[in-house]
Amino acid sequence: MSAVIDNHTHDHHGPKKGFMRWILTTNHKDIGAMYLWFSFAMFFVGGAFALVIRSELFQPGLQMVEPEFFNQMTTMHGLIMVFGAVMPAFVGLANWLIPVMIGAPDMALPRLNNWSFWLLPFSFAILLSSLFMEGGGANYGWTFYAPLSTTYAPPSVTFFIFAMHLMGVSSIMGSINIIATIFNMRAPGMTLMKMPMFVWSWLITSYLLVAVIPVLAGVITMMLMDINFGTSFFDAAGGGDPVLFQHVFWFFGHPEVYIMILPAFGIVSHIIPAFARKTLFGYSSMVYATSSIAFLSFIVWAHHMFTVGIPLVGELFFMYATMLIAVPTGVKVFNWVTTMFRGSMTFETPMLFAIAFVVLFTIGGFSGLMLAVAPADFQYHDTYFVVAHFHYVLVPGAIFAIFAAMYYWLPKMTGNMYPEWLGKLHFWLSFVGMNLTFFPMHFIGLAGMPRRIPDYNMQFADFNMVASVGAFAFGITQLIFLAVVVITIRGGKKAEAKSWEGADGLEWSLPSPAPYHSFSTPPEVK
Amino acid sequence: MSNEANIQRTLRRGLVVGVLMFGFGFALVPLYDIICEVAGINGKTSTTAYQGASVVDESREVRVIFMSVNGGSMPWRFRPETTEMTVTPGKVYETAYLAENMTSRDLVAQAVPSVSPGYAAVHMNKIECFCFEQQPLAGGEDTRMPLRFMVDADLPDSVRAITLNYTLFDITDKVVGETAAR
Repeated sequence: MSAVIDNHTHDHHGPKKGFMRWILTTNHKDIGAMYLWFSFAMFFVGGAFALVIRSELFQPGLQMVEPEFFNQMTTMHGLIMVFGAVMPAFVGLANWLIPVMIGAPDMALPRLNNWSFWLLPFSFAILLSSLFMEGGGANYGWTFYAPLSTTYAPPSVTFFIFAMHLMGVSSIMGSINIIATIFNMRAPGMTLMKMPMFVWSWLITSYLLVAVIPVLAGVITMMLMDINFGTSFFDAAGGGDPVLFQHVFWFFGHPEVYIMILPAFGIVSHIIPAFARKTLFGYSSMVYATSSIAFLSFIVWAHHMFTVGIPLVGELFFMYATMLIAVPTGVKVFNWVTTMFRGSMTFETPMLFAIAFVVLFTIGGFSGLMLAVAPADFQYHDTYFVVAHFHYVLVPGAIFAIFAAMYYWLPKMTGNMYPEWLGKLHFWLSFVGMNLTFFPMHFIGLAGMPRRIPDYNMQFADFNMVASVGAFAFGITQLIFLAVVVITIRGGKKAEAKSWEGADGLEWSLPSPAPYHSFSTPPEVK
Repeated sequence: MSNEANIQRTLRRGLVVGVLMFGFGFALVPLYDIICEVAGINGKTSTTAYQGASVVDESREVRVIFMSVNGGSMPWRFRPETTEMTVTPGKVYETAYLAENMTSRDLVAQAVPSVSPGYAAVHMNKIECFCFEQQPLAGGEDTRMPLRFMVDADLPDSVRAITLNYTLFDITDKVVGETAAR
């Protein structure tokens, strides 16, 4: 009996030694860290692809790459950034932070957690390997519309489908795990309406993931059957309909874009109160706004397809439903601004990123509102205006929020403060580079430059050159972030348990760095 | 530990939702067809012959424009016999499409109709159409494929002209595949 207990304590003392620690680990902090490193690696891969695109578009004419390869770059950039960089980064933060935020010892299903993570490297290795296959890699855009991805796809499309299936299984498992953790592992006294906003936003995001990733799995399975088993889901000759693909895809796709932004809303709702030294304004309205956005995301998908010829009633319904999303989103923006109002603000790096998030995400929201207007969308559709819009919501939206979260919680993760001047340098260069890249795209889009085309008319030349310069500046700047993370892991000023003066939440009651096993006995929440 | 049981229950529920949503993705396929048919959108006409009759509305005339498109790499020459007709709603008219197999191979084709404006599709009743069946044609041969139709009198007054387009697809591979499988 005593031998068993001994064994028990020894096994759970600390991490295993050596490389096998990372393969066998079921510790939420280890898995969270692996998710974050994986997404960071994918961020650089996807970013390199973006720089290939921007080099080609530096000048009109074809100079760097073949158009076929250009198509693969636009496709892979989108797929890698959406599924490989942004989503795993948020899942990594969720893994690391949710248990320590709700006072749980670990995730509810630790071994499932290990499996969720380890599917990802294989998924993306398969996806990336398709670039070296005969006929080239995925070249049908990240939205892989049929028949481009079925009838006209390169043979490697089957690998793409398999990779997406693996990624989907990983996401579904990860989100079920998060739901199970949040519902069953909260510390006594932490009611749902006392949960930190990041936990709330992830609870809602998990529901979105469980609801729509299977629909993605369905649509790629239909593609697989059309390609290999002679069915005609999307083939008009056999009685199918290519427009059906777009409906099913965007039924997944629109909630997907909120999957990439809701956790960011949660993060910013932690950081702004911390550095404004006030409690979050309108906590419950934040919860309801996030839920409303999630609900609305299911009934707006056809706004991506205004130009395919849907009936007038449909255009009107989807137009108004889309505009309705501006209301809960507006509530959130006003709450953040009101939280800052008359606060004792300081501007450390996380706060800089969070404020930039609020300002720039709102710009992206407004261009989204423009795109929501069905008659106007006929001009904007498939132009660089759309590219400008979704990069404004994803780069200073999702990615800036991830940066903000990393700077904010890095002291808790590593036990060291990051070098503040380097963080600020990273922020300002990112801020300038990002705007330089994507702001001109609004203008060239309105002037009519189509997206996903390797060549363009002379009239678009100057703005494209500016965008390319900005893209390289932004891309190279991210090496500073890599340096910050490495420097902070290796040393630096020791972080206190409560690393920020205004920080609030259970995670700050733990020492920095947070011990390998935390909250083995649940804390009491009043 | 009861918490363990709760976690298992959440896991099971999550997996059930996942499986149901996977099914929902596939359910969207028939749902899409049904919604298009009921709402009369998407410009799809009925795939079976029209049986009923309609009141003749002598008070107005509607232009019907005929178009043809070759889908994908379809090598046939394919065109309407007449490109435009003026019809009285409720009366039956006959026209035809002409097809010629320009290759030396025997091919099978399928014509897929589309009507514009989309909401006029339910009022475009076909009594006889080559699009109801697959069209085999030996190499080098040509054929006249008849079409009998009637625009019903319920057609909204705002519609003055209807465009009827057929896209012709080469389905030889699929047909051969099916025969081989049998």
